[in-house]
Amino acid sequence: MSTLEDTGALAREPGRTSFLTEGGTTVRSWLLSTDHKRIAFLYAAGITFFFFLGGAAATLIRAELVTPAGDLLTADEYNRLFTLHGVIMVWFFLVPSIPTTLGNFLLPLMIGAREVAFPRLNLFSWYLYMGGGLLTLLSLLLGGVDTGWTFYTPFSTLYSNSYVLLAAAGVFVVGFSSIATGINFLATIHLLRAKGMTWMRMPLFAWAMYTVSLVMVLATPVLAISLLLIFAERAFGLPIFDPRSGGDPLLFQHLFWFYSHPAVYIMVLPAFGVVSEIIACEARRRVFGYEFMVYAMVAIAVIGFMVWGHHMFVSGQSPFASLVFSFLSFVVAVPSAIKVFNWTGTLYRGQIRFSAPMLYALGFVGLFTLGGLTGLFLASIPIDVQVTDTYFVVAHFHYIMVGGSVSAFFGGLHFWWPKITGRMYSETLAKFAAVSMFFGFNFTFFPQFILGYMGMPRRYHEYPPEFQAWHVMSSTGAVVLAFAYLWPLFYLGWSLVKGERADDNPHDATGLEWQTSSPPPKDNFAEPPIVTGTPYRYHAEGFAPHEVRPIHAPQDPQ
Amino acid sequence: MRPVEASTYAPRVDSIFWMLTAASGAVILLVGTLVLFFSIKYRRGTATPRGPVPDRLSREVEIGWTAATAFAFLFFFWFAAVAETTQFEIPRKAMEIHVVAKQWMWKLEHPNGTREINTLHVPVGVPVRLVMTSQDVIHSFFVPAFRTKQDVLPGRYVEAWFEASKPGTYHLFCTEYCGTDHSRMGGGIVVQSQSDFARWIDAQPQGDSLADQGAVLFRRMGCTGCHGGSSRIRAPSLAGVFGRQQPLEGGGFVTADESYLRDSILLPNKQVVAGYQPVMPSYQGVASEDDLIRLIAYLKSQKVVSPRPEVGP
Repeated sequence: MSTLEDTGALAREPGRTSFLTEGGTTVRSWLLSTDHKRIAFLYAAGITFFFFLGGAAATLIRAELVTPAGDLLTADEYNRLFTLHGVIMVWFFLVPSIPTTLGNFLLPLMIGAREVAFPRLNLFSWYLYMGGGLLTLLSLLLGGVDTGWTFYTPFSTLYSNSYVLLAAAGVFVVGFSSIATGINFLATIHLLRAKGMTWMRMPLFAWAMYTVSLVMVLATPVLAISLLLIFAERAFGLPIFDPRSGGDPLLFQHLFWFYSHPAVYIMVLPAFGVVSEIIACEARRRVFGYEFMVYAMVAIAVIGFMVWGHHMFVSGQSPFASLVFSFLSFVVAVPSAIKVFNWTGTLYRGQIRFSAPMLYALGFVGLFTLGGLTGLFLASIPIDVQVTDTYFVVAHFHYIMVGGSVSAFFGGLHFWWPKITGRMYSETLAKFAAVSMFFGFNFTFFPQFILGYMGMPRRYHEYPPEFQAWHVMSSTGAVVLAFAYLWPLFYLGWSLVKGERADDNPHDATGLEWQTSSPPPKDNFAEPPIVTGTPYRYHAEGFAPHEVRPIHAPQDPQ
Repeated sequence: MRPVEASTYAPRVDSIFWMLTAASGAVILLVGTLVLFFSIKYRRGTATPRGPVPDRLSREVEIGWTAATAFAFLFFFWFAAVAETTQFEIPRKAMEIHVVAKQWMWKLEHPNGTREINTLHVPVGVPVRLVMTSQDVIHSFFVPAFRTKQDVLPGRYVEAWFEASKPGTYHLFCTEYCGTDHSRMGGGIVVQSQSDFARWIDAQPQGDSLADQGAVLFRRMGCTGCHGGSSRIRAPSLAGVFGRQQPLEGGGFVTADESYLRDSILLPNKQVVAGYQPVMPSYQGVASEDDLIRLIAYLKSQKVVSPRPEVGP
């Protein structure tokens, strides 16, 4: 009978190597590997590159906005930079970030599988991702795109003099990478769960991967369709959005937001999963209201498809449609609120330790709460009319997608770093980064709420001088934020080379992924695990030990 | 820090804004306090007792806060939606301004033919109805001090209205990204007292009113050939057509508003009036946006000709 004290029994065989060396150490063996753990590394390299590329664009944007006059960049350069920032960050960083790295690495481990369902499709999806990325990069090297990441028609199809088609082709291709990942995860979760791993025994991170995959598979094809229609009009002159030939420019907005609103949930659902795992482990409590957390994620994934019209309150759509979308937008906020309350409730009667991952997770809860509450402002039509296309909206979605999701991504990266790399990082330096990220983020983006309500429009290269003080504040905060993003490169890089070897289960966590060695062997588990209970068998040390039960049945020593 | 309130609608929007801000503050305070309290009380190493939480209790708490949140959100929705629906109705006696947006300027026209570029003079205390269209891409007409924003689309008319409540000069921004000089596509709304406005508009170079210019166009473009009283081609007379319910060929009715008149000139076969043949040619590419505004102003000025001559003393 194994208990928490002898975790790692499943893969503890002397002389066993890890996936890092098994199967070869050549570049070729990595680029052609179908091991989900190696593919996670490939993705990590990709998203890191694109994150810092998008970040460089953001840096230039914030530098330009320090003064009201457009003195650093020309208007066209500025427009190309914010388009680049949006396109790269949304499709080449935020959407793939957690699912393709942490998800790829952890999902099979968490559900006790040896691999994902379609390992070769998994590798192919990485090549699609890189292919799409290269097309978009090419459009940038040739001169860039100036349509904004939203590609609104008829500007993008008839008026823009930039490389719209090339960039759109990149996004089109990367969409298929999302779809492939989604299909792979859905199949993996349906088919490859370990014996005894029932749906309601799945870790919340696995549930997050399940719901996000559903959204990816159902929403991304609509993005592909809208981009194809842009192709048809821009390249072949088919009048689809051109009103002079009876087309409708609003049709594009409906199609685009039908994808892009669920895409917000593609970015934030995985973060919910990561944060739930970290908080449960670091507070030593089972997640408060586990089933409600599951239902909330499923509800968000489903209702998230019915609220796209709240992006179009001023677009000229029917005011009655706006009312319905406003109502549904309030409805979709309910499950998000429940999640925040449940994370708070998980702390109750816990044994909380403030490790770096926990600081990131608590930071996420704070930033997500603020982002979610400002979502209520945007669901209210009269407020939305005032703040649509102003910095209020910019601040709101950065709170959710950057403050929230990126904090969660960094939290997860630190939390599972010992499992993934087999090395420890400096806890002190990591805590410093987590705290800087929280304060730097608020410093950068909170002033933008005020700017927005006062009427400062977004995508403005020049602006009236009365807004300058807030812009300067925001740009100053961005310096702190940039530091918080760069700093982990150093200590995590150091950890990769010189870090102390990690135990199999340094956090004393109870998920299946901690039952194998760090880093895991190529086949994840020596023996297929058998699950007999919840993944969260935490309890405050010294109290009610009867809650701790073995996670798997006794193993045959052979 | 508080944005200026310069329209009758602005205080209503702000009241919703402050209510939501207060509610958000309360939630942040609640969550923040709980997190802080738990973090201190249940941090690792304290001797606070920590028994298990009974399942029934946690279930009740869960249902409780779900219901509370749902009711609170329902209330916010209702509060915001009521303000929105009261704006649906545009006051009948509103002054009309035609707005044509193009990369990267605003053209604004008063009914008497006075034209302005990037600046609009309006009197205080008079509802102003904007009839807007774009010549190229989508723009958006945004006056933060009025809490008014409306996207301006090519190929159709969209409407918005406001009633200024305080004299002054306020920002006009374009808030739908429209290309290179998007950030320069702005100007000012000059709100004047009614007497100042009357003086200002009198001082403008006196030209023909939009309707008079439209009457000239109506003849020059050959509209009278079919729609004139003595025409031999069967086309409807357009006197008094504006605002009327028109029966359509194939069933249904349409109100002859600006959008319908515009469509009938550019896409005449889209909605044909019952009893007529679709013989009218399209004026797409012939009539510019400016011409359309004038033609429609002319049609709106035409009253129904009474069949019997009026008997005067």
